[in-house]
Amino acid sequence: MYEYEVIIIGGGVSGCAAARELSRYEIRACVLEREEDVCCGTSKANSGIVHAGYDAPVGSLKAQMNLRGNEMMELLSEELDIPFVRNGSFVICKSEDELPGLQELYDRGRANGVQGLQILGRDEVLKKEPNAAEDVYAALYAPTGGIVCPFELNIALAENAYANGIEFRFNTEVQEIRRLHEGYELVTDQGSFFARFVVNAAGVYADRFHNMVSGRKIQITARRGDYCLLDKSAGSHVKSTIFTLPGKLGKGVLVAPTAHGNLLLGPTAVDIEDKEGTNTTREGLEQVLGKVRMNAKNLPLRQVITSFAGLRAHEAGDDFIIEELEDAPGFIDCAGIESPGLTSCPAVGERIAGILQERMGLSKKESFNPVRKGIVKPHTLSKEERARLIKENPAYGNIICRCEMITEGEIVDAIRRPLGARSLDGVKRRTRAGMGRCQAGFCSPRVMEILAREWNTDMREITKSGRTSKILAGTNKDTWRDKA
Amino acid sequence: MIDSTWADIVIIGGGPAGLAAAVAAKKNGAGRILILERDRELGGILNQCIHNGFGLHTFKEELTGPEYAERFIRQVLELDIEYKLNTMVMEISRDKAVTAMNREEGLFEIRARAVILAMGCRERPRGALNIPGFRPAGIFSAGTAQRLVNMEGYLPGREVVILGSGDIGLIMARRMTLEGAKVKVVAELMPYSGGLKRNIVQCLDDYGIPLKLSHTVIDIKGKERLEGITLAEVDGRGKPIPGTEEFYSCDTLLLSVGLIPENELSGGMGVELNPVTSGPRVNESLETSIEGVFACGNVLHVHDLVDFVSEEAAAAGRNAAAYVREAREEEDREAKKRIRLTAGTGVRYTVPETVSVSRMDEHLTVRFRVGGVYKNCYVSVCFDSEKISRRRKTVVAPGEMEEIVLTKEQLEKYPDLEEINVRIEEA
Repeated sequence: MYEYEVIIIGGGVSGCAAARELSRYEIRACVLEREEDVCCGTSKANSGIVHAGYDAPVGSLKAQMNLRGNEMMELLSEELDIPFVRNGSFVICKSEDELPGLQELYDRGRANGVQGLQILGRDEVLKKEPNAAEDVYAALYAPTGGIVCPFELNIALAENAYANGIEFRFNTEVQEIRRLHEGYELVTDQGSFFARFVVNAAGVYADRFHNMVSGRKIQITARRGDYCLLDKSAGSHVKSTIFTLPGKLGKGVLVAPTAHGNLLLGPTAVDIEDKEGTNTTREGLEQVLGKVRMNAKNLPLRQVITSFAGLRAHEAGDDFIIEELEDAPGFIDCAGIESPGLTSCPAVGERIAGILQERMGLSKKESFNPVRKGIVKPHTLSKEERARLIKENPAYGNIICRCEMITEGEIVDAIRRPLGARSLDGVKRRTRAGMGRCQAGFCSPRVMEILAREWNTDMREITKSGRTSKILAGTNKDTWRDKA
Repeated sequence: MIDSTWADIVIIGGGPAGLAAAVAAKKNGAGRILILERDRELGGILNQCIHNGFGLHTFKEELTGPEYAERFIRQVLELDIEYKLNTMVMEISRDKAVTAMNREEGLFEIRARAVILAMGCRERPRGALNIPGFRPAGIFSAGTAQRLVNMEGYLPGREVVILGSGDIGLIMARRMTLEGAKVKVVAELMPYSGGLKRNIVQCLDDYGIPLKLSHTVIDIKGKERLEGITLAEVDGRGKPIPGTEEFYSCDTLLLSVGLIPENELSGGMGVELNPVTSGPRVNESLETSIEGVFACGNVLHVHDLVDFVSEEAAAAGRNAAAYVREAREEEDREAKKRIRLTAGTGVRYTVPETVSVSRMDEHLTVRFRVGGVYKNCYVSVCFDSEKISRRRKTVVAPGEMEEIVLTKEQLEKYPDLEEINVRIEEA
């Protein structure tokens, strides 16, 4: 039996941002995550875009959170030592007929408080983005648009929350929530947890938990998006994020550089029944590769190194729900966090902490430290600094992932640091080892070896992403040996 | 500054290409040769190719991969060719400064007269094919599985489907079977196999493994570990034909769907690449668009037989040695172009007595002594007949050493200069 003042369900960006904001206060709180790591659901498979804020309807919570989140991202990225670039974004249109659509976005953006919006003509667009589609007519330019690494953001929020006293429990899936006289009992596959307050940041499953405690039902639909990721050699094809104005041919996709210098194409948008349906589809990938020609020209589509799909948690009311439930006191929803959820997460965390602070009368924690140091990235150092680093710790001289040039030192750090990596994917999201053009072909046996050594376990126990996702089935001829 | 040394030839990669290039370069007179290998041992991919069939052309015998590699490794050792293991080349500059790194020496630089690119190739990943479906554990490139099985003793899975009928795919079908796995089918997108006929017979037919031509994987099932895949027949343009889908339950999918020359370093230093081969463009000497930079083996274009890699690499090694020889001769010619420093009136000697512009540092201090005491005199320097400087001195005496400073920049302006004369002129 475990007792907390606050339990947060879900270790995605929203849950971890809430945890980090809560860690500013004297509080006993815990994040429950069903996977073996943070950043395993929607937060790991999205566009990595920090939206400027012209999309969401004026007056919506989405608009409010988007603007505030965008504004907070700069300081947050410094405090948490994560890559964030304001690379600007374009929404391009193809004819004069579409200008009113662009104007509408511009007006909405202005009303939402977005700074620096401009409508640019073809020549200006092509001057800024020479590889934008040749038939661009005009574009809305938003200089405050940006890109961030979603993994590092999520992981850094969690690490910083943990360093400031928030507990995390992994492989712990909430199965049932019972309302008690005061607070809630969360029945999990690891036993029961009790808390006075519950934050429901369960992504596509937020409706399930909401509906366990409330009579006013909500419905969250998993909206799948397929993406293709291109090699870094294609990463500078465009500098900004390029969207197309939704038009006669439907909603388009985006073309954007990632915070690490790849090129990202997608997503599609298909509502599906299966909340675990993170599989890409042939139609989806074909759609992405077909539609991107609307955004940019001469895209080197042969440079695709991987494809993936993510699920957005779309709520029927089409807005974020971040509030304490009227008919379930102490139960705080953080639901329907679809786009611009990544952008909004710092604001979402702030809002949740605000609600709890008001309800609980929390006092500030003197020792709160907002700074988290990321894993040293040797490629950002000068040759002299790098040589010094290797002298101090020779593991930084040993390249394990040759595509991304990731060293043993970085991988060991990713494993040993708080809430460290336990699987290949955990190492990958923290260091990028295995994220390059060979997609872990060369480095996975080496990373497995390091994981086995650091966790003092057998190679055969190493998983791709926890649970039954073991990489190896056994040793050579073991079945025959067993039979004999 | 990081440590920097010189070498005649730096070879990037200690696989079959790098080894053969090194041996040939050494036999053709190259001085210091250094092989930089990122893996734990020399031999490259041959170390995991434990099947036989290597060396029929080179040695007129049938060897396994490790045996074939060993023949070359032995020569490298006998010829005392230097190599570094576990060493990653980080970048190569256009003027052939190779920056590399390992645990023991940290980051260091080798300035090479010639560079041989022999980095080999990598396997195309699933993403390059846009195979849809989930992304569970149990999907391996055939080479990764080969390494796990043949070098590390681990079995990647028990029920296997292989996509791609290139030689690695075929050989892994047999290998997995021999190690206790069940290989259900080998699928090939093309209407013909990409592998050698003998491998189809010896690796599939002999073990009753079906080969499905014009088939591809159209879906992958399983969220944590692979549970199965769907195969479908494809039409002439490679599109799946509806109605031909067939599900195979399996825990492992091996991909043998092509190799890509690994030219990130080459591209980084500015070597021109051919979009068809993905390798460098080379001339008859296997020299790339950068003078003195050669390429051979699978980094240049993907080969079928290692024997041809060795042959090509030996040519690259010979040519690199010849290039170095010419470069040295050129340097010597340059070095022989010495300017004489002479002691004129009133000067007893100068140190040094000659200067080579190509070898000097940016500044050269020339020291000398005078033969007597001179008051209110000038120290003059003449480049052949032209007086280029005249410095007033209140007094000079034999007991006090004097000096003038020559700069490289200044001397480079006089390409035909033969003599620099230092003298004392009385007022």
